[in-house]
Amino acid sequence: MKEFYFIAIVVIVFVVIFQIAKASEYVSVLKGEEKSRKQNNKINAFLMIAFLVFGLFGAWYCNELYFSKTLFPQGSASVEGEKIDLMLYITLAVTGSVFIITQVLLFWFVFNYQEKDGQKAFYFPHNNKLELLWTTVPAIFLTVLVVFGLKYWFKMTAPAPADAVVVEITGHQFAWEMRYPGTDGKLGKKNYKLYNQPSGNTLGVDFEDPESWDDLHTTEMHLPVGKSVKLVINAMDVIHDVGLSHFRMKMDAVPGIPTTMWFTPKYTTEEMKKRTGNPNFVYEISCDQMCGKGHFSMRGVIVVESEADYKNWLAQQKPEYLTFYPEKDPTNKKTETVDSSMVSTPIAQTVSMK
Amino acid sequence: MSTATLHETTHHDTHGDAHHDHHHQETFITKYVFSQDHKTIAKQFLVTGIIWAIIGGLFSVIFRLQLANPEATYPWLEDLLGHWAQGGKLQPEFYYALVTMHGTILVFFVLTAGLSGTFANFLIPLQIGARDMASPMLNMLSYWFFFLASVIMMSSLFVQTGPASGGWTIYPPLSALGDASSGSKIGMDLWLVSMAMFIVSSLLGGLNYISTILNMRTKGMSMTRMPLTIWALFFTAVLGVLSFPVLLSGAILLLFDRNLGTSFYLSDIVVAGKILPNEGGSAILFQHLFWFLGHPEVYIILLPAMGMSSEILSVNSRKPIFGYMAMVGSLFAITILAFLVWAHHMFVTGLNPFLGSVFVLLTLLIAVPSAIKVFNWLTTLWKGNIRFTPAMMFAIGFVSLFISGGLTGIFLGNSALDIHLHDTYFVIAHFHIVMGVASFFGMFAGVYHWYPKMFGRYLNNTLAYIHFWVTIVGAYLIFWPMHYEGLAGMPRRYYDFSNWESFKMFGSLNQFISIVAMIVFAVQILFVINFFYSIWKGRKVKDLNPWNANTLEWTTPLRPGHGNWPGDIPEVHRWPYDYSKDGKDFIAQDVPVGADESKH
Repeated sequence: MKEFYFIAIVVIVFVVIFQIAKASEYVSVLKGEEKSRKQNNKINAFLMIAFLVFGLFGAWYCNELYFSKTLFPQGSASVEGEKIDLMLYITLAVTGSVFIITQVLLFWFVFNYQEKDGQKAFYFPHNNKLELLWTTVPAIFLTVLVVFGLKYWFKMTAPAPADAVVVEITGHQFAWEMRYPGTDGKLGKKNYKLYNQPSGNTLGVDFEDPESWDDLHTTEMHLPVGKSVKLVINAMDVIHDVGLSHFRMKMDAVPGIPTTMWFTPKYTTEEMKKRTGNPNFVYEISCDQMCGKGHFSMRGVIVVESEADYKNWLAQQKPEYLTFYPEKDPTNKKTETVDSSMVSTPIAQTVSMK
Repeated sequence: MSTATLHETTHHDTHGDAHHDHHHQETFITKYVFSQDHKTIAKQFLVTGIIWAIIGGLFSVIFRLQLANPEATYPWLEDLLGHWAQGGKLQPEFYYALVTMHGTILVFFVLTAGLSGTFANFLIPLQIGARDMASPMLNMLSYWFFFLASVIMMSSLFVQTGPASGGWTIYPPLSALGDASSGSKIGMDLWLVSMAMFIVSSLLGGLNYISTILNMRTKGMSMTRMPLTIWALFFTAVLGVLSFPVLLSGAILLLFDRNLGTSFYLSDIVVAGKILPNEGGSAILFQHLFWFLGHPEVYIILLPAMGMSSEILSVNSRKPIFGYMAMVGSLFAITILAFLVWAHHMFVTGLNPFLGSVFVLLTLLIAVPSAIKVFNWLTTLWKGNIRFTPAMMFAIGFVSLFISGGLTGIFLGNSALDIHLHDTYFVIAHFHIVMGVASFFGMFAGVYHWYPKMFGRYLNNTLAYIHFWVTIVGAYLIFWPMHYEGLAGMPRRYYDFSNWESFKMFGSLNQFISIVAMIVFAVQILFVINFFYSIWKGRKVKDLNPWNANTLEWTTPLRPGHGNWPGDIPEVHRWPYDYSKDGKDFIAQDVPVGADESKH
């Protein structure tokens, strides 16, 4: 019933507006079309300048309301992201002034040069000097922006520092999985054909490669503060995107084509809670490339912590290899042998697939 | 004046371009359905475009409902959509289908076919002084291929697994694998086939527009005397003819990957627990093929709006367009650059950083011709004598929106900044303003300006002014705050933000945007009512040249028949922008140059 009333009201409003509009046409015929046209002209010219004034006020008001909700007042959470913030402010200054100048000119001109009795338009077909001016001035400003932009772009896309912490992140519909290289600092080989859901080898790790034996497989990402981090990015099924808005970082995860990006976290999660005044603050990984029906829920969490806490957390993680082959676990000697044989069966199948 | 007498007289043609024989009896079918008259075909494109625009707009209203209130349920939605809105709640799959179809419909079916198809068809012969297109037959086929594409796309809305739902950019592997998304099942095949038909339509149209402009101009109509509308439509057609075939090839390869087991875009994939055999393909290859069309496509949408706005701004400020040659030159520069910037959509795909830097440079270079155009429009208005016809209002709105949306392109084109802004609401705000709303404004300007020529009647002015003011205020209210959501990193194409600590604070803003979007949509319906009502009941046009414009279309009879001019095609003696010259309000193009006339 509610819907019915809603539709009825909408229809009535439409009919009323339409009737008024129709009537205004007859009124203008009675008044003289030329006279009512001139009246309309005046009204619209006034509305144009009013639109400018209210529009600029609205832009200011919108900024008051929402700038504090963007990530810029709190600053970049990564060292490299500071460059992006600086770029944003430079670009904002240039485009902001162009925006105000051109919009003011546009609406001022249309208001000021509205049709008036006796006013003659000025025949002004071209002027090479003026045209040269507004070809070169934008070109100069853009050169500045390009130079700044590319300087930072090459810095950010340069190879990661050699001592960077390496973490592998893999996207699949609809979650993220991490792999840490363990004590040897090297990630073991992978082959997507070794993927085995029931066994838990969801990344297709090749356990015949000794480098994989100390690798850690986690669902949360922990990072030490103040150290460069290099992410090796993979996807199992469709294209995903590792979006780290607090760090101003983003990179696609493409099946079959591993990508990388690196950055240096500046603040721990706890520090960010204070900086933002939000006790629930978390660094979130958002999937920024449309990946299917669960795209909007493909959320990951990063915990940035002190080096000591990070080492502590790493030490608590059990290498994935030992979950698959508990008999190799030195802390697990001669116990639960029955269980271990059960667990290892799927792995045997997986390896035999090769 | 009856059409029969018009047809009698089309044969008195001094230029001797032997025209079709019109003595045969025209039936309803040949006159209104399978018509070869460019004016009728233009109207067919326009009406089909309007129908698509209502559907595409309605889709956005439905998915904005979800964004406004993710928790709410609407029982009537279930009545309307069945299992797509189980329990009155839009399902994520269908949300994505709506988003995808909204983009596809508005980019291709409305702002490409609806805009170019309408105005290239309508204006090219009328403004260059030709009796019809170079090939009226291909022109007719162009519409009917578009119609076929429309039918196929429409049918995909009714298949059980739903229409395509991987975004209008249909990136594989998502679009290639039925297991990855239900929209990638039969709906995706229909999407691809429909687009193939659409591309055929676009090519038939484009080739026709180019050959007509190059070969069929009336006596005296040199290229530099063409109105800017024609220049813009010419470059639009060139862009389409050179870039659409690349999308076609990309789409065909995707069809192969989907149905014939090839691996053009697929490699190392495990989907829904299944290990696929495909190896060696590149998912990124598709993006290159897609954006090689996709970026020119932006200008295919924008250039006609620029051309029509230039013409309308000049006519209604009673001044020549400022810097005609610079306007043509900047259109040309934009056309060339449009082909060299596609990878700026791919800065975060793992693209080689050096290659990325080249695309940054070329992308920001486009700002130069764009700036020239803006300043030339401003100077055209300066010291004018401005009449606020509805068309003029929309043309002014176009300039305002083009500035606002164009400037944010400078943020996104700079790769370092794009890392943060890519695929956020900032992008949505940018392209909706500059390519969506701005070209819609160009299109509205065109409809209001040439409606008297199309239908011999006027649209209702009061409704037009309401339409303009609500739309421009609404458009800014919808898209301006989205920049802030984007700066906060809020990603595109999310069904629900409420579980995200980083993005959930924009809930009330999303609600506000949705309400404004619905009001703006309602006002577009008002325009549609005005449009159809006025075809039959509008105020009749009595003046042959209601806007006192210089271009040739206003030298035709009130309701021109097939062939456009009953007698000779007028000869052209001057450029189309002699407004307020030598104290005369306007001097039409077919007026010979007087002996004492000053040169411009």
